[in-house]
Amino acid sequence: MRKTRRRMINTIIVEIILVIFTLIVAMPLFLAITISLQRPELVFSYPPKIFPRGFYVKNYIDAFNLVPLLRLLLNSLIMASMITLGKIITGTLAGYAFANFRFKGKEVSFALLFATLFLPAETVMIVPLFLIMKKFGWVNTYWALTVPFMASATNTFLMRQHFMTIPKELEDAARIDGATPMQYFFKILLPLSKSMIAGASIINFVYAWNMYLWPLVVTMEDKMKTVQIGVKMLIDAESANNWGVIMAGTIVVLFPTLLMFLILQNMFVKSLVRSGLKS
Amino acid sequence: MRKIIPYVLLVPTFLIIGMFIYWPAVYSLRLSTCRLSPFGNRMIFVGFRNFVKLFNNKEYLFSIRVTVLYVLLSVVITIFLSFFIALLLEMKVPGHTIYRMLIFTPYAISPAIAGTLWSFLLNPVVGHVNYLFSKFFGISVDWITSKPYAFYAIVFASVWKTMPFDVIFYLAGLQNIPDDLLEASTLDGANWWTRTWKIIFPLLSPITFYLVIMNIISFMFASFAIVDVMTKGGPGNYTTTMIYRLFLDAFAFQKTGLASAESVVLFVIMAIITFLYFKYAERKVHYQ
Repeated sequence: MRKTRRRMINTIIVEIILVIFTLIVAMPLFLAITISLQRPELVFSYPPKIFPRGFYVKNYIDAFNLVPLLRLLLNSLIMASMITLGKIITGTLAGYAFANFRFKGKEVSFALLFATLFLPAETVMIVPLFLIMKKFGWVNTYWALTVPFMASATNTFLMRQHFMTIPKELEDAARIDGATPMQYFFKILLPLSKSMIAGASIINFVYAWNMYLWPLVVTMEDKMKTVQIGVKMLIDAESANNWGVIMAGTIVVLFPTLLMFLILQNMFVKSLVRSGLKS
Repeated sequence: MRKIIPYVLLVPTFLIIGMFIYWPAVYSLRLSTCRLSPFGNRMIFVGFRNFVKLFNNKEYLFSIRVTVLYVLLSVVITIFLSFFIALLLEMKVPGHTIYRMLIFTPYAISPAIAGTLWSFLLNPVVGHVNYLFSKFFGISVDWITSKPYAFYAIVFASVWKTMPFDVIFYLAGLQNIPDDLLEASTLDGANWWTRTWKIIFPLLSPITFYLVIMNIISFMFASFAIVDVMTKGGPGNYTTTMIYRLFLDAFAFQKTGLASAESVVLFVIMAIITFLYFKYAERKVHYQ
């Protein structure tokens, strides 16, 4: 009896802490939605409101007029999709080489790739990378936004790790049946890796969608900028400091990845943990 | 035929890694030991002069201090908070799936937006958090533009943004710890604290190590967006981190040589971190 009582008190305490904590974490988003639906006079009323009064969509329209949000959304979509696609293609190919082949220089090339694991070139080496873009004439183009990020050590290891879990007998059987290595790759290996590839894709997409410093530096014209930069443009452009409009734009920018995350949360979590705990 | 296939498969990856990671790395070494001629068309070798200049530059030294304090504070808060929350979530009280879902959401939100959201919450006119602070603690300031509050403001945003990542990993780790061990720590009220820190936390040390490294990287680099959106490094240079300093020197003041030297410094820090990671990861016992 005492044990069950203690268990109940324990549960209640945990429950209370978790509710408070969840409220703190979810609050910024919730209050941003509230204020984005508020008329200007209510935005500036003190004390600030917690729940929205009315449903004032004009803030959203204003946000789209203040900065070219539609164009920025398109740019971010192009950038994130191309980076994702590139990383998956290069990652599966290289992962296949490391998992299924023995070749001269394997250790060296593996180490060379491994060394770049924690090296975000787009921030650490932003100056030389920018100068290289200038040499290529890529500044202010989609090339600069996408090509430098189309391969990564993380994706290669993730794919390699997964390919190594697929039984060797399958490859032997395919070879006996006369399949070439590339036929085995496309017809058997890739279809067996669908969920892994899907998981890696969404993580790559969110990463690319959220990039900030590189697009800030490498794009000059508004029509080439991405949504993350758009948020900053909104803050600078909204001269009356109407936070209703700024938050409306912010909600639009965070919505795609948040929605993706909420729908595919389990897949996200699984892939994230897998990519982190490689050995 | 089969012999050349692996090399062909590796070409795309190494083309990109080589061109956009290794080449810039070598290039930044070269740039950092050179000075651009007045017309910008010739490089003049100056040896270590850029580095000497850099480490005598008060603003740069200050940015190192800011970075160390900011990274240290944010990492410690994020790690302990995440571990604690993961522990509570793992107890699977009613409603834990909803709590978990909401607590995870900042993971999908970018640093730039995290900064925007917290700028709004801390705004002295419209911000709710600022309102609460003034109500309960009598602190009513313009967080973003005053010392030391601007520093706390970026720490708030950074911890909020990074914490879900850590919680996800701690939860995964806790799932591999035998239930009876967790159970005992849940129920035994008096010993809960010691058991948690003496048994469970050490069991998860490989994860903690990985998270500390990932958090250091994200606070050192991804934090750029948070600083840029919230404080722009201000007031003065009070919240100017190393990466923000690098951005200013490279793109606002066009000091290519100095900025390249800063790149090399960051590069060396990352190399040390990578080395430590692999050195430790080789020895570490996998919990899986």
